[in-house]
Amino acid sequence: MKSIFTIPIAAAAVVIALSSLRAQDIVVGEFASLTGSEATFGINSSNGVELAKEEVNNAGGVLGRKIRIVVEDDQSKPGQPSAAVKKLIASDKAVAIIGEIASSRSLEAAPICQEAKIPMVSPGSTNPRVTEVGDYIFRVCFIDPFQGTVMAKFAIDNLKAKKVAILTDVRNDYSVGLTKYFKEYFTTHGGQVVSERSFSGGGTDRDFRAQLTAIKAAQPEAIFVPGYYTEAGLIAKQARSLGIKVPLLGGDGWDSPKLSEIGGSAIDGCYFSTHFSPKDQNPKVQDFVHKYQAKFNAMPDGMAPLGYDAMMILADAIKTAGTTDGTKVRDALAQIKNYDGVTGKITINEKRNATKSAVVLKVNSKQNDYVATVAP
Amino acid sequence: MTRVEFLQQLINGVSLGAFYALIALGYTMVYGVLRFINFAHGDVFMLGAFSGYYLTPRVLPHFPGAFAPIGVAIVLLSTMCICAVVGMTIERLAYRPLRKRPKLTVLITAIGVSLFLEYGGQFVFGPDPKAFPELVVDRPLEHTGALTITTTQVAAFAVTILLLITLTFIVKRTRLGRAMRAVSNNATAATLMGVNIDTVISFTFALGSALAGAAGILYSISYPSIDPLMGLLPGVKAFVAAVLGGIGNIPGAAVGGIVLGVVETFVAGSRFSTYRDAIAFALLIGILLFRPSGIFGRSQVEKV
Repeated sequence: MKSIFTIPIAAAAVVIALSSLRAQDIVVGEFASLTGSEATFGINSSNGVELAKEEVNNAGGVLGRKIRIVVEDDQSKPGQPSAAVKKLIASDKAVAIIGEIASSRSLEAAPICQEAKIPMVSPGSTNPRVTEVGDYIFRVCFIDPFQGTVMAKFAIDNLKAKKVAILTDVRNDYSVGLTKYFKEYFTTHGGQVVSERSFSGGGTDRDFRAQLTAIKAAQPEAIFVPGYYTEAGLIAKQARSLGIKVPLLGGDGWDSPKLSEIGGSAIDGCYFSTHFSPKDQNPKVQDFVHKYQAKFNAMPDGMAPLGYDAMMILADAIKTAGTTDGTKVRDALAQIKNYDGVTGKITINEKRNATKSAVVLKVNSKQNDYVATVAP
Repeated sequence: MTRVEFLQQLINGVSLGAFYALIALGYTMVYGVLRFINFAHGDVFMLGAFSGYYLTPRVLPHFPGAFAPIGVAIVLLSTMCICAVVGMTIERLAYRPLRKRPKLTVLITAIGVSLFLEYGGQFVFGPDPKAFPELVVDRPLEHTGALTITTTQVAAFAVTILLLITLTFIVKRTRLGRAMRAVSNNATAATLMGVNIDTVISFTFALGSALAGAAGILYSISYPSIDPLMGLLPGVKAFVAAVLGGIGNIPGAAVGGIVLGVVETFVAGSRFSTYRDAIAFALLIGILLFRPSGIFGRSQVEKV
């Protein structure tokens, strides 16, 4: 009889001991699109977070404790982020939240973090409304008024384009915002938008021939497609098969290895703005690229270093705050100045956004070519 | 809109509609025989795409140069066989045990099967979108002037017409087709006449699923980004196309698909591209208000 009981009791004791050990960890919650139509965003930014966490923990952690990441997959779907973040805060007792890349999904989770007074750091949501939700919401990337301007400027100065067409993903806050800022700059600087069409992204629309046929008739010199990579790849293919030869332009939503896989040679020679180029010779960047390749056996895209920087800045803020208390960590985050991140020097401004420069890359199926850096 | 643009949009619409038509044929056949909507049909379409994804790099290298069409045919036919088997298995395991139950039970089971295939697919194939390999080079045809028609657009349309004719032939002229019609008309009477209902229903599912498999391949050549949830929307659209044409009616499904494709394309090409699906579906509701049984459907009088 005795032996029957000893094993479960011993097991229970081990479980209790382990869980009390784990309670020492600082829990950081992360929600990311690990699956679904923007899966590479979530997977790669998550890889970046993981790499940063490992480095922080190997160097002794923060406040003498290790950081533990709890990741929730939001499946690239609306409705999932709020459920994920509620769970992370209520049940995992996360002291801070990292996420998301897609602005629509960050916008969904942000009010929950704000309400709970848990700081949220978005690695890559560029729509300005994200941090406007409240003073607990931060980001480590530039915002769309800047990014839209960069591409409009690029179209005018580098491509000498006077007439452009725009194809917007209307289901996507990021795409709608980028369209607005691109148009503002382009039309006030001598350009003309000759055709504007829209589609529903996130795997809903796969046929864009109707919109592209209408765009072709307007004879633009470039087409701005501020969507995500899956659609951009398909749009490029269909545009070329309809005989449209002008370059397509995009934003950081294109930054994924899948872009060239789906778009093939059709998307070669098109341009997009993003946060980082792995070809940048800055030692900080090269060091990151080597570490990333060693761990994940893949080339990092723009989302990976953003995840890395988000985690690093958060660890830095917890260190400065000297506590995991949400309000104190928030205050420390707001004070960050000239942090030397992989994606450039990060200064959190009064609107809790990072002011940073953008790079323009030219799509090339082997490895995207670096074209220009545009400072804010 | 210029004449060229109008004709180009018409071509775009018909070729998009051809895909809806291909999927709709499967819906309509199962409905015709069993009076039940197989919601898992769109997911069999997805399995067809993935079968093509895995078979192409394993089959095509063995058929270089001029032999490539043989390789393409092998990929297409084996995919159709795989999907036929999947369709029969689904029917055998999920629907047959419920045949005597109310139709609603089977309908809900079909939704369950659909979710099982979608999320099982996420588990097995991985959830991220994959680039479909280049089975056929999708290039524009020559000598079409200002219009562009690509090889896959022509292929999709041709395959749809071919399968439509084959299906009509099978249903109208063969013994099995006659049995299908008999089961559709009155299953009990058909049994009394010596028709093996199980065989007929299995065959119907095999045929419908093989069509979905073929559609999956053609669709993926045209839109080379595939994921386990890709069947959802084309499935719904094809279902609407089948209803529009008159569910249970084979030419109706084809016509319904093409009408839907053309309407969608013209809306998407206009300034109202945001409301593409809203306008397309509003139009369908309009058509169904005036012809409740669809374009080709016969209005049925319930006998008391």
